[in-house]
Amino acid sequence: MKNRRAGGREGAYLRVVSKRLPKVDGRSIVRGEARYTKDFVTEGALFAQIVRSPYAHARIKKIDRTDALAMPGVELVLTHEDVPRIPFTTAGQNYPEPSPYDTFMLDNKVRFVGDRVAVVVARDRFTAEKAARLVKVEYDVLPAVFSPEEALREGAPVIHDEPDSKGIHDASRNLAASIFVEAGDVDEEFNKADLVSESTYYCQYQHQVPMEPHVTYAYIDPSGRLVVITATQVPFHVRRIVARVNDIPISHVRVIKPRIGGAFGVKQEVILEDLCAHIALRTGKPVLMELSRDEEFFGTRPRHPMKLTCRTGVMKDGTIVANEMRVIANTGSYGSHGLTVPSNTGSKTMPLYRSRAIRYAAEVAYTNLPVAGAFRGYGAVQGYFALECHMDEVARKIGMDPLEFKRKNHIRVGDLDPIAAKLGEGKEGFKREIRTCGLEECIDLARGAIDKRADVAPAGDGPFKRMRRGVGFALCMHGTGIPGDDVAGATVKVNEDGSFNLLIGAADLGTGSDTVLGQMAAEVLGVSLDDMIVYSSDTDVTPFDVGAYASSTTYVSGTAVVKAAEKVRERLREVAAELLGVEAGSLTFQDGRFQAPGGDSLHIKEVALKSFYGKNKQQISETASHLNLDCPPPFAACFAEVEVDLDTGMVRVTDIANAVDVGRAINPDLCEGQIVGCAAMGVGYALTEEMLFSAEGRTLNASLLDYKIATSLDLPDIKGFIVETVEPSGPYGVKSVGEVSMDPIAPAIVNAVFDATGVRIRELPLTPERVLNALKEAGI
Amino acid sequence: MLIKLNVNGEAFEVEAPAGETLVEVLRRLGFKSVKDGCYNGTCGGCTVLLDGRPVASCIMLAAQADGHSITTLEGLARGGELHPVQEAFLEVNAPQCGFCTPGMMLTAVSLLRENPNPTREEIREAIAGNTCRCSGYVSVVDAISLAAKKMSEGGNR
Repeated sequence: MKNRRAGGREGAYLRVVSKRLPKVDGRSIVRGEARYTKDFVTEGALFAQIVRSPYAHARIKKIDRTDALAMPGVELVLTHEDVPRIPFTTAGQNYPEPSPYDTFMLDNKVRFVGDRVAVVVARDRFTAEKAARLVKVEYDVLPAVFSPEEALREGAPVIHDEPDSKGIHDASRNLAASIFVEAGDVDEEFNKADLVSESTYYCQYQHQVPMEPHVTYAYIDPSGRLVVITATQVPFHVRRIVARVNDIPISHVRVIKPRIGGAFGVKQEVILEDLCAHIALRTGKPVLMELSRDEEFFGTRPRHPMKLTCRTGVMKDGTIVANEMRVIANTGSYGSHGLTVPSNTGSKTMPLYRSRAIRYAAEVAYTNLPVAGAFRGYGAVQGYFALECHMDEVARKIGMDPLEFKRKNHIRVGDLDPIAAKLGEGKEGFKREIRTCGLEECIDLARGAIDKRADVAPAGDGPFKRMRRGVGFALCMHGTGIPGDDVAGATVKVNEDGSFNLLIGAADLGTGSDTVLGQMAAEVLGVSLDDMIVYSSDTDVTPFDVGAYASSTTYVSGTAVVKAAEKVRERLREVAAELLGVEAGSLTFQDGRFQAPGGDSLHIKEVALKSFYGKNKQQISETASHLNLDCPPPFAACFAEVEVDLDTGMVRVTDIANAVDVGRAINPDLCEGQIVGCAAMGVGYALTEEMLFSAEGRTLNASLLDYKIATSLDLPDIKGFIVETVEPSGPYGVKSVGEVSMDPIAPAIVNAVFDATGVRIRELPLTPERVLNALKEAGI
Repeated sequence: MLIKLNVNGEAFEVEAPAGETLVEVLRRLGFKSVKDGCYNGTCGGCTVLLDGRPVASCIMLAAQADGHSITTLEGLARGGELHPVQEAFLEVNAPQCGFCTPGMMLTAVSLLRENPNPTREEIREAIAGNTCRCSGYVSVVDAISLAAKKMSEGGNR
């Protein structure tokens, strides 16, 4: 089944862009030749295994490594006494990072079950794991806190009591970050409202679960430089951070991102690179670090759990006059992305509905649980779960149909975003005008794909007597890039046969950015995608790029690619003009041909050849850079149909449609892949995915058997729809797709469960147990 | 112990220490398409065909495969010519990150041998042990349906 798309605005003049072309790395993937980090490891590489804390909060008194070192094959055991003590953040953000510098390569204190204590380096994985168990550690166990409320209470144990951390909002209160933003006179508008409605929502630790766990391979090359091959979204940030924490110049480090097996935000973090690089520098030998699946769960950076309270003032006619969201977020034991994720919870969601007054406030607490971080949606997923369920409730309270209510109030073209004016991503605000909005089209498409069965109730007797069916929906907007922060470079180099090397710092995570960026360059140069040789994410070879996050790559890196390709095309135009004996300005360019007014023409491939071997022999190569100053919002609407079994509390998504205004789809196949893939991940967030902890803070379900992500049997044929609005600031009109598509899924499903049962559940995920308890409480 | 394996039609004799799993041996022999994502048989990334049937090579001891024939993704294409399953995955852009793709395609090859014309539901049943985090499975089911069509038209594979 091919999902159709709306709009039909595919420009006839586009030859490569907007086409469903196979991925540039597709052939190597289907042949099994694509190379991932671990595939580069050479024989004789050492394996480094982290020794992890069994306690949630403790000071390390003594580490005895004698037994571990005595084991044959063990090279080295490192503790906090052996490595540089330089505070940093594992968040792979642009410098200076807005996350607190509260992390050390190895520390004398542990702050969650699974925290780094030491590292054992041995000839192979088996030996390293075995020796890691022989490292004897004496702890001074400290009282621990496992919820933000406890952590923020006066007299709570202080998790970051070290004097040398930097950028923590108030370490003595375990307050990693605090956010407050207000537009309009909020209290006054609440007073004037006909009805004020408030409700509180809770959401959980969700893990990204990339199929390839974190893996890093570091070695010293023959010239004595450090090479780090790693599964990362942010190769240039990794280079900078690795250099800083090891106190070596950036020029001594080369970072290469090969193919990687999924990321979803969790690889926008320095999880292994700091230590792996340190061991390679120290031993001079190649070193592999690879997390096991259980370490991947508790030792990386899942989604921030939050408590979100929404309060909205409305008039009788359904006009929203005041809108407020208050959040308490749990960043776990370190503050990676601790300011910016909860900032986004407000800034990405609160502009969706027009209101005379808006307020957003968040407190971000440290706890002795695993560290939270970046995850597709980046705070907006939590915010939309609360906001879109809450608005459903508000509409019903004033007797309006939720769809009519949301349609009446949502943001429109020409509006200025009042929150963006005050709150940037961890910095000052910026002017954000809505220039394109396909939300109404999204609603019509997604609704039309589902509502055929909306009125069909399940059979009233037999085995289905206790089944209920319902339909729910949610709307959202997101952002595209970080204004004033994202910068991307691209180089286009001409070859004699009219092929072109496209060198980009951008990081393809499997999203297909190598392909869509290649398509854009090919479009500009009038050649086919096969003529583009795309190489990305190698800090020695490709220009700088902040990396793959904030839904920025197609928009920001794409602009750099278009600029570089245009510069090359203009250089070739000059060559063509000389060959044709005319003024460069008189040549037109279409379908790869430079056309002179007299009728003579030359194909760009002939011009490429002549540029090397004609009279003015030269290598034409151009680099361009793009600094992003904007953040145009993509929009989405999701409609979902569910069946709820009243006897078991089991919820099944039986039909789901996700329609997304992406600006333009450079490659519709890959765009739909994001829209559908996000929906699958959102179903998991809504129904099954949740990291669970013991009373002592130990992760209870750190395996794919116990942490449930969707298999092929758990999902219907998800319907994905592309809506194109052609954003004027984006290359070929693009906005973004990779995160916005995740935002509306969970609230659509929760609203559908309400529609089916009349019971409002305000805590994710909707496991059978939670649903059954809610049904019982409601007397069903 | 010394074990004998036939991988993609080529005979190997390898020394495998007790406890070494099939995935480790295969990767050591250079078959890097075999991915290990969990080491406990839950993700399906390490799927290979053992005498034509899909197995999770991370929970099979290398010794258990002694004397058997194994197909990895490297053995699917004949020279430059892709297998119809590979063609179909490429054409519909089913792979995103591509980490689950080798195991997924081998499961598909086995399914289509037993059931040349599967329904979408039958395809979903067959690939239930191959976890994909990127796709939501729609494009994967599309690809396997297309491969079935290609094979019924093309005939011989």
